[in-house]
Amino acid sequence: MLYALKIAFRYLLSSKAQTALLFLGVALGVFIFIFMSALIGGLANFILASIAGDLSHVSIVAEVEDPALLLDKNLGQILLVQEKSALRQAVLRDTAIYVPMIEALPGVVAVSPQITGSGFITRGGQVAQVAINGVAPGKESAIVQLESYLVAGSVRLGTGLVVIGQTLADDLDLTVGDTIRLDSAQGIDALLTVSGIYKIGQGGFDRATAYVSLDTARTLTALPQGVTRIEIKLADLMTADATALRITAITGLNATSWTEQGAQVMSALEAQGQTGLLLKSFAMVSIVIGIASSLLLSTYRRKAEIGIMRAMGASRRFVVFVFVSQGALVGLVGGLSGAGLGYLVLSAFPPRDAAHPAVMPIDITEGAFGLAILLTVAIATLAAILPARSAARVDPVTAIGQ
Amino acid sequence: MTGALLQVADLVKTFGSGEAETRVLRGLSLRLDKGELSALLGPSGSGKSTLLTILGTLMQPTSGSHTMLGVDLTMAQDRALTDFRNRHIGFVFQFHNLLPDFTALENVIFPTAVREGRETAAARARGRDLLGRMGLADRVNFPSTNLSGGQKQRVAVARALMNSPELVLADEPTGNLDRASAVQVMELIGQINRDEGTTFLISTHDEKIAATCRRQIVVGEGVVTG
Repeated sequence: MLYALKIAFRYLLSSKAQTALLFLGVALGVFIFIFMSALIGGLANFILASIAGDLSHVSIVAEVEDPALLLDKNLGQILLVQEKSALRQAVLRDTAIYVPMIEALPGVVAVSPQITGSGFITRGGQVAQVAINGVAPGKESAIVQLESYLVAGSVRLGTGLVVIGQTLADDLDLTVGDTIRLDSAQGIDALLTVSGIYKIGQGGFDRATAYVSLDTARTLTALPQGVTRIEIKLADLMTADATALRITAITGLNATSWTEQGAQVMSALEAQGQTGLLLKSFAMVSIVIGIASSLLLSTYRRKAEIGIMRAMGASRRFVVFVFVSQGALVGLVGGLSGAGLGYLVLSAFPPRDAAHPAVMPIDITEGAFGLAILLTVAIATLAAILPARSAARVDPVTAIGQ
Repeated sequence: MTGALLQVADLVKTFGSGEAETRVLRGLSLRLDKGELSALLGPSGSGKSTLLTILGTLMQPTSGSHTMLGVDLTMAQDRALTDFRNRHIGFVFQFHNLLPDFTALENVIFPTAVREGRETAAARARGRDLLGRMGLADRVNFPSTNLSGGQKQRVAVARALMNSPELVLADEPTGNLDRASAVQVMELIGQINRDEGTTFLISTHDEKIAATCRRQIVVGEGVVTG
């Protein structure tokens, strides 16, 4: 079929202006496809990184277990009413066994056993309510990138040290090196030195979260062993659901994915993705219409030539191949041109790691260049089938007689 | 050199249906022997072109039989007819009908290239030889659109001969040429007929052209009348 390909080339080159316009149209369609992919993908990554970047992707939270009732069976029916209490401490035991198992799972970047509680920071006459977050030394930035948000001091936690947010520091007029008193909900207090101040930019964090070492938190919450939660960071946060299921299966603990809390974000991203898909589909449909109409016109224009070819012994299949090849060639050249144009334009945008709200968060790695080219060649070939079939049906007698 | 090349019997061809039905061939029978140089004469509407189209396997008769080289073509499928046409039949049309985006040589070798799927060196060599015999050695790589009317028709004759067909059907091959070019084309046809034994059936209105052929077949009212 090399000969059919040669004729396809010849036909495309014989109408240079029309072919150039066709290439341009296809290239623009491919460019829109790639640009939309990079924009929608980049935006999704940016939103996810902003919202879920500092979240635990999978969490295991201790659940309060009711003690077994030891009742005499002969007492008959008993109505037992139990009031729920938030003050009861739930504990995850055997973390020394679970943590290495979870760390060994594929895609797990960090595992942070934590003890959480609540309390009050007192500085002179001023009091502020805080959430106490006890993390293991060395894992201060395992989940929340505290190191990157640090504005003063160090995030390194140790006995007698506390890291607080900028807003809380401002409220209590604290600086690094100052001493505070932290009273826990369990009625235990400790004198702690402010070793670092961070600023995440979220009011809740910056005003009301105090990071202490796991040992300090253990003392403050009167928890001699175990932890209250395990937070897990993944390389790909979109694998959180599957990883949570896997952790539950392996450990028997109730692991929850961030998507359970972030369902709204996920549905918003899904809607955004569907919008992008729709726009990309429009780009592809315009390519199909452009190629099909152009080749259909070519079929009409070359009716007599097709008739001559048929009279000279060209089979219907040969004629189909000539026109389908034209579609594929237009798709290939237009696809490559559009991808090249897309690459040039997208290269002008900052890389994904440097994206910030001031510029469009376009991610060139989300451009789907290969898919765009493959899809374009495929649909261009498909778009050529109708004109090709029409050409193959040309009656040589009628066509030559025209 | 003798013996039947093709035979048609009781050929009927109708177009349209109902009140609009037109019967162009009305039981036409004809035999062409190998090596014949025949003229097909008759007034407009007599059925000459329809007969040529059927003999060229571009159209099938409504009824009747059509055999060539011992092959029954009457009920053959399109694919088989296309292949048969490519190997055994050449066409020369009144308006040359060359492919405009092709050179003279590319036009000539088309029938072979389309069968073999590529332009072989052997095909190119035969194409050059044929164009040389047509007096067009210096026009081999000319775009077909740059050739004169007579040159185009000689390219068309070369193309018809490319696959060494047993039968060449020519529909008014000189109808669009001046007298000198018409004579030149007919001399070429006569020479090929003598040298290679190719059978020619030439449809024409021109009595002088018909007189150069050894046999005259007259068609009238859809049958052979003489």
